[in-house]
Amino acid sequence: MDWGWVQDHLGEIQSLFFQHAQFTLLALVYGFAIAFPLALAATRWPRLYTPILGLTGILFTIPSIALFMLMMPFTGPTATTCLIALTIYTLLVLVRNTVEGLKGVPREVREAAEAMGYRRFKQLFRVELPIALPVIIAGIRIAVVTTIGLVTITALIGFGGLGALFIDGFRQAFGTPIIVGFALSVLFAVAADLALVGVQRLLTPWARGGDSR
Amino acid sequence: MTFLSELLAWFTDPLNWQGSSGIPIRTWEHIQYSVAATLIAALIALPIALYLGHTGRGGLLAINIANIGRAIPSLGLIIMAFILLGLNITPVMIALVALAIPPIVTNTYIGIRNVNREVRDAAGGMGMTGWQVLTQVEIPVAMPLIMAGLRTSAVQVVATATLAAYLSFGGLGRFLFDGLALQDYEQLTGGALLIAALSLITEFLLARVQTVVVPKGLAKRNATAAVDAKMSGKAGVASSGA
Repeated sequence: MDWGWVQDHLGEIQSLFFQHAQFTLLALVYGFAIAFPLALAATRWPRLYTPILGLTGILFTIPSIALFMLMMPFTGPTATTCLIALTIYTLLVLVRNTVEGLKGVPREVREAAEAMGYRRFKQLFRVELPIALPVIIAGIRIAVVTTIGLVTITALIGFGGLGALFIDGFRQAFGTPIIVGFALSVLFAVAADLALVGVQRLLTPWARGGDSR
Repeated sequence: MTFLSELLAWFTDPLNWQGSSGIPIRTWEHIQYSVAATLIAALIALPIALYLGHTGRGGLLAINIANIGRAIPSLGLIIMAFILLGLNITPVMIALVALAIPPIVTNTYIGIRNVNREVRDAAGGMGMTGWQVLTQVEIPVAMPLIMAGLRTSAVQVVATATLAAYLSFGGLGRFLFDGLALQDYEQLTGGALLIAALSLITEFLLARVQTVVVPKGLAKRNATAAVDAKMSGKAGVASSGA
């Protein structure tokens, strides 16, 4: 471990981290923007659930490296290529957990909301989604941690966030950048995961301090 | 359209099907790396997870290891193992095995722990020893999740074995990295399609194996467990609890 190298490259490490965070955030935002309507559709029309799950499942099974490369002839080695693939990988977990979360809302709660005069959209946003939130956030956590890991793969086409340090280290046969990239990327994933646990606690105050039901 | 026809030309060019760098040999290398890594991982992970599940010890670690594993960057792991151990196949295998262990441990542990307490007690009451309870009751009941863990790992290994080629070894990753270096998009895409196909076939084959090894009485549960285990962790647990 060469701390001198770390000191000399602090600026570079910082900008790589920002790229990593930016890719992760954008992939999640795009992923949610696609997954949320799909999940609502699958809840409304249960027949759609199996095909949607099947399709996102197949996309999820395709190895990330292969997917990045499959898009190269079309979008080239660009940030677009990275983001499309990263977004695709978030879909399965986000759709699945949103649907499962909404399905888990007890029937009595739904009926009570209807009896209280909630209209469909208001009921969805004020009653069902808050109850589904823990399961949805569990999905977001998996998606975030997976994406942070996958971003490093984009180093193979010239991006990679902290993963770019792996390629640096490999080319120079020098361990320090690899250790730095590895440690920071794992720390980033753990920190993001813990932050989401915190968000969940803030958003579901009723779940704190024992079982509410 | 021209790209597609060139891609088709790449696939149908007899030269790409011959010799030590042809598609059959590269596929075979890829399968060899993957099978070896998955088997080694299973030999390490299964006994540990079965022991922890049977005794109920180490649950926190066993449940969370899959999440930790997800955070590990595979490219970094392989390159780091290479810097430490030099250019041979060992660093690749170590990295693949290390990535394959967590899903097997977590799924197997959860599978065994989820066996009904009454079922376990009944087995004990019938005079079964701990070993008999494990092998005749717990493992068969946990089989859907055990298989799901193996599937997750195997598919992940097939995907990651691609990186062996980054360290100048064989496997289907060869087409990717050579294609990338030469800006040869037909080779690049052809390799990517082969890798994607191999992953999907692995998933499909193991799903078939699962239907064979899972006891018939559990077949219905099997379907949902497979979906759960796809996420192999918090989501599955959270949603089945909801």
